[in-house]
Amino acid sequence: MKLIKNIGLLICITGFSFFIGSIFIGEYHLSQEKFDNWINNKGIKSEIFIADASNQLVGKTFSAFALSSKLIELAEKSSEIHQTNIQKWQTEGGQDEKINKEWSKVIWIDWSKVHKDFTFPLLQSTINSSAKNNQWLAFFLTFGLAIIGGLLYIIPDFILLGPAGIKNNKLFQHSATNRGWGGMLVAAFFIIFYFLLYFFPDFLINPILATNPISLALSGNSASQWFMYGLIYCSVMTVFAVKMYVKYRHNLYQVIRTTVVWFFQIAFAFLIPEMLVRFNQPWYDFKNAWPLNYTFFFDWNINSLLDSGNLGLFMLVWGILLTLVVIPVMVYFLGKRWYCSWVCGCGGLAETLGDPYRHLSDKSLKAWKFERYIIHLVLVFATVMTGATLYTYFSGATTVLGVQTTSLQSWYGFWIGSIFAGVIGTGFYPIMGNRVWCRFGCPLAAYLGLVQKIKSRFRITTNGGQCISCGNCSTYCEMGIDVRSYAQKGQNIVRSSCVGCGVCSAVCPRGVLKLENAPDIDRVNDNPILIGKEKITLNS
Amino acid sequence: MEHVVIIGNGIAGTTTARHIRKLSDKKITIISAETDHFFSRTALMYIYMGHMKFEDTKPYEDWFWKKNRINLLRAFVQNIDPHKKELKLNNGTTLAYDKLVLAVGSKPNKFGWPGQDLDAVQGLYSYQDLERMEKYSPTTKRAVIVGGGLIGVEMAEMFLSRGIKVTFLVRENRFWGGVLPEKEGNLISRHLKEHHVDLHFETELKEIIADENGRVKHIITKNDKQIECEFVGLTAGVSPNIAFLKDGDIALNRGILVNEFLETNTPDIYALGDCAEFHKHPTGRKNLEQVWYTGRMMGETLAQTICDNKTAYRPGMWFNSAKFFDIEYQTYGWVFAQLQNSEAEFYWEHQNGKICLHLVYDKTNKKLLGINTFGIRMRHEVCERWITGEKTMDYIMQHLKDANFDPEFFKQYENEIMNQYNQKNGTNLRVKKRDWKRIFALN
Ligand SMILES: Cc1cc2nc3c(=O)[nH]c(=O)nc-3n(C[C@H](O)[C@H](O)[C@H](O)COP(=O)(O)OP(=O)(O)OC[C@H]3O[C@@H](n4cnc5c(N)ncnc54)[C@H](O)[C@@H]3O)c2cc1C
Ligand code: SF4
Ligand code: SF4
Repeated sequence: MKLIKNIGLLICITGFSFFIGSIFIGEYHLSQEKFDNWINNKGIKSEIFIADASNQLVGKTFSAFALSSKLIELAEKSSEIHQTNIQKWQTEGGQDEKINKEWSKVIWIDWSKVHKDFTFPLLQSTINSSAKNNQWLAFFLTFGLAIIGGLLYIIPDFILLGPAGIKNNKLFQHSATNRGWGGMLVAAFFIIFYFLLYFFPDFLINPILATNPISLALSGNSASQWFMYGLIYCSVMTVFAVKMYVKYRHNLYQVIRTTVVWFFQIAFAFLIPEMLVRFNQPWYDFKNAWPLNYTFFFDWNINSLLDSGNLGLFMLVWGILLTLVVIPVMVYFLGKRWYCSWVCGCGGLAETLGDPYRHLSDKSLKAWKFERYIIHLVLVFATVMTGATLYTYFSGATTVLGVQTTSLQSWYGFWIGSIFAGVIGTGFYPIMGNRVWCRFGCPLAAYLGLVQKIKSRFRITTNGGQCISCGNCSTYCEMGIDVRSYAQKGQNIVRSSCVGCGVCSAVCPRGVLKLENAPDIDRVNDNPILIGKEKITLNS
Repeated sequence: MEHVVIIGNGIAGTTTARHIRKLSDKKITIISAETDHFFSRTALMYIYMGHMKFEDTKPYEDWFWKKNRINLLRAFVQNIDPHKKELKLNNGTTLAYDKLVLAVGSKPNKFGWPGQDLDAVQGLYSYQDLERMEKYSPTTKRAVIVGGGLIGVEMAEMFLSRGIKVTFLVRENRFWGGVLPEKEGNLISRHLKEHHVDLHFETELKEIIADENGRVKHIITKNDKQIECEFVGLTAGVSPNIAFLKDGDIALNRGILVNEFLETNTPDIYALGDCAEFHKHPTGRKNLEQVWYTGRMMGETLAQTICDNKTAYRPGMWFNSAKFFDIEYQTYGWVFAQLQNSEAEFYWEHQNGKICLHLVYDKTNKKLLGINTFGIRMRHEVCERWITGEKTMDYIMQHLKDANFDPEFFKQYENEIMNQYNQKNGTNLRVKKRDWKRIFALN
């Protein structure tokens, strides 16, 4: 068994090595035809850039890094010349038309966008690599090996860990799960991966190609970096869902919850949207609610939904109803958990891949105070940004109170959508626990939490006086809730941040905690003195 | 301002201090020789097994004490002068008190076995014990654990988590035989074997033999069996940690003797928690009860008395819980190892042999006296209402679902249990649906 496990680890690492290695392979041959196509598609008007690039790049072969940096270098150079011209003409005066024309030639370079919008399409169309020519093989060597190896690593635990039960042995002693070098390595991998995905997809072309056959089969389109990401997401969740089944097989709440959250990811965030695309409908994730889905009210999304007939209209109405009606009603009956740990994709990853890191969340009062500020700030910001977006959409004005709507949107998209939710949210699993985004950043979680706190039937009931203050519950609460501080006082836990993962209840060695939906009177019981003894009367 | 000095920063001392602070503005000092801050002794095993760090076992963050104006002092109290109202500390200083609270806890029992003070022979009670276990673990291939109780089983689980083999010597013919009825004892014994614990029933320790460095190399049992081992765990119970009081004025028996107000024979000195022994228990329970909950409840009570609301200790219904490897155990009311003459019982066990429910009731009036459950969580409030409210067996069987505290979606066994009950009693009762109004006593 131990041998199978080790072989699994080896295979899995091999898969990852192929994945990482594939970033460095392949040649990019720039033919005149592909270059012209790209210039047309991008609408590049700078004759300087076109001439330079034709002279220096067309007809030649490069590596990905060389080609994309060359392109950017030339673009920067040409833009500098155009901008000097503009300045010169501006001081001379009276040449507005010329100046306007020159402005349109400037290629704007912003590091966070230039790779994905400017160089990525050209590199994608010019690649020649073994991965491109053997896409199924590439898929097998990267995804295939990583998945098979991962499963071989995980499944033997069924026997190795002994009879079913809570087995958190060595979590605080192993480098991978205790912020040791293993954990840091994983964190570095995640962080770099997210940077590449969001900002430098032109270096991920081979991994993307590896998922191409599957994309073609599903939607008929070739794979984008987002398709690859979706597939990685689903694969990781699948492998780690198996880990959850092995680890919590004695706990039906965990088994069912894992299955449901896995299903929503695979079906609603992956298969259904891809199928929709196949039938020429907009890519739409029916469960992804605003404000987590912050682009929902962006003009391109509204327009695309409005252009898509009845189904599009339904999607638009559903999206609004989901946030305004479905969510609060469901939170009233079931608690925030129905979304955060049963349906949501971010939650799904946190509850599968993230499970081995849950104990790393910060339980201090300080962290809780910080959390309350920042998460509500994000909610406010998401609302303001969306308000501005809608104002712009209906009024046509591009600025609101002197601020450009588009710059609000791209600021939010960069800092919150990419850096916070992705790079920090997942990249920091091995450092700050698996719910960094859900706890500190997610505006939807903030909204659900407000409802849960104000009016809901959900609570975690504390079982009388049975708590021994051991601290397992607090340690394993991914949201950093100090569950023990309530349990040892005999108080129920009613906290806006609780996502109802149920793990505090699972790890409690004394059966003290139970997540339940019950009449909401007396939900918060403030026992001054614990039960277990007769009430103290004040004048005895 | 009155100065309350508390010796011992365990659950008893800490609860007393917290509640005195809630009720008054008195000056409070807690002295402990063990650790700087209160931690949960019950979680020692989880530190060893890597489930938690020591930090995680502290129920309050370190700033808590200062904020609540509770002074912490790390020192050992060598003796008490009740006439001068003064403590002598091991750092050479003295400390004056107006009221003194003794919450000094327990220490592992040693019954005079030859070799009991050798290296790698120890109990598991204090943080220092844990450090010593850590120290000896890398060089231990087999550990022998003496005394089949709760701490012994925790020690077994700890060693096994590191791949160290465990031999368990149990005096009785089943696990925890002094407390658990036979069937439950057998259930746990089976589970221990499933975890590859080498169980020896009706076996007692005779002697511990040292190697040339003064560390245990094997033990000999009373039936002259020799067992090679590098570690011996002494877990045959605990007794009050009162050696430093031996020659003083405070009346002692096995523990520090107290009345129902937790007062000792000496004015302004109180005792509670593991170290306190009642002359006569105020509600007829055992005079010495060494569990977490009683320490906490006594602390809540004593704070009232110290803050001029003299309150007698009335612990209510007995309850307790534990976990044996993967099987959780809860008990409410009294289920004794042997059925008493006036009692009858109902026992149900799942066919997997890991889940059971044991109800003990009064033979004549059928009123419930106690519940043992293994592998099923029960609702404390509901069980308490049943037992103190003197509900009869028929009522309880019909309302079993009200008491179920297992997580959602867990398989429930009430119908199966009821079938057996009906068969046994020739009744035809049905299990009622769970009812929130009953559970929360809303009517
Ligand atoms: C491994 C383990 C597991 C347990 N599990 C459970 C459980 O699951 N459920 C349960 O109910 N109970 C359990 N118990 C028992 C429970 O922990 C004790 O009943 C409880 O901790 C006693 O609390 P206390 O405050 O009376 O004493 P303690 O916690 O023992 O505190 C006494 C403190 O006083 C200090 N002290 C003593 N003398 C002096 C002195 N002269 N000067 C300075 N300091 C001094 C000691 O060093 C110690 O720190 C467990 C115990 C152990 C060891
Ligand atoms: S309190 Fe419990 S259920 Fe809620 S998030 Fe924390 S561990 Fe999960
Ligand atoms: S895990 Fe259970 S016993 Fe331990 S502190 Fe939390 S509620 Fe109390």
